[in-house]
Amino acid sequence: MLNIMANRVAVFRREHFNAAHRLHNPSLSSEENTRLFGKCNLPNYHGHNYELIVKVTGEIDPKTGYVIDTKTLSDLVNEHIISKFDHRNLNLDLPEFKELNPTAENIVMVIFNILRPLLSEQLSLQLRLYETPRNFVEYPAI
Amino acid sequence: MALFYLTRKEHFNAAHKLYNPSWSREKNDEVFGKCANENWHGHNFELYVTVKGSPNPETGFVVDAKQLSSIIKTFVVDQLDHRNLNLDVPFMKDKLCSIENLVDGIWHQLAPHIPSGATLHCIKLVETPRIYVEYYGE
Repeated sequence: MLNIMANRVAVFRREHFNAAHRLHNPSLSSEENTRLFGKCNLPNYHGHNYELIVKVTGEIDPKTGYVIDTKTLSDLVNEHIISKFDHRNLNLDLPEFKELNPTAENIVMVIFNILRPLLSEQLSLQLRLYETPRNFVEYPAI
Repeated sequence: MALFYLTRKEHFNAAHKLYNPSWSREKNDEVFGKCANENWHGHNFELYVTVKGSPNPETGFVVDAKQLSSIIKTFVVDQLDHRNLNLDVPFMKDKLCSIENLVDGIWHQLAPHIPSGATLHCIKLVETPRIYVEYYGE
């Protein structure tokens, strides 16, 4: 087991997007939303510089020396995530959040579910999403 | 007397868009690109407020940094944090919501409230890790 694991390397790619959102649960009253989400519930939205760290773990391909070509990984993230999330309003512009509160937790799961099918099954995927320099989430949690 | 520059760093998160209401939608898209998205986008803004002066002989301070923080909080951060800069901020009303104009607004919010003995020297506003402006009141 140790020998197999010894070939596995984690490759990280950092990307970013800037977006507006608000935290709001439409099934709750306005008072309950204010109580739960405070200023994050303000009606006219606020926003963040999100930073996404994509971690891909796998065995090194002896032909290329890569676990994954970081250019390929960057293109994948840009085409499927950044172009969709950057300079958007997560609540209004992304169908994924029509019924889903765009917390960092839910955003990272949405991103994971988009990226996971695009990568080879031999590769593991883990994401870290920074909402602010002080608040960040990871998925899957290990 | 020796002059010192003291900087206080604060932050706020806000939504905005770049949009000139006297232009057509097409012209706005052409000039401002994705920043003109009608449903807004947003940033984690970092604000650096620098004052200059000579230390008060009784305290050794140019200005009490805690007092400066409280002034910035009252006149700037409380008004901008988790707000929509185009819609929610009286001092940005009828102004284009660029960081240049925002910094100018912040300067005028703060300048009258800097404690005596110090003067406002520079406002630096960081919009993204790659974009920031500085304003010296000139």
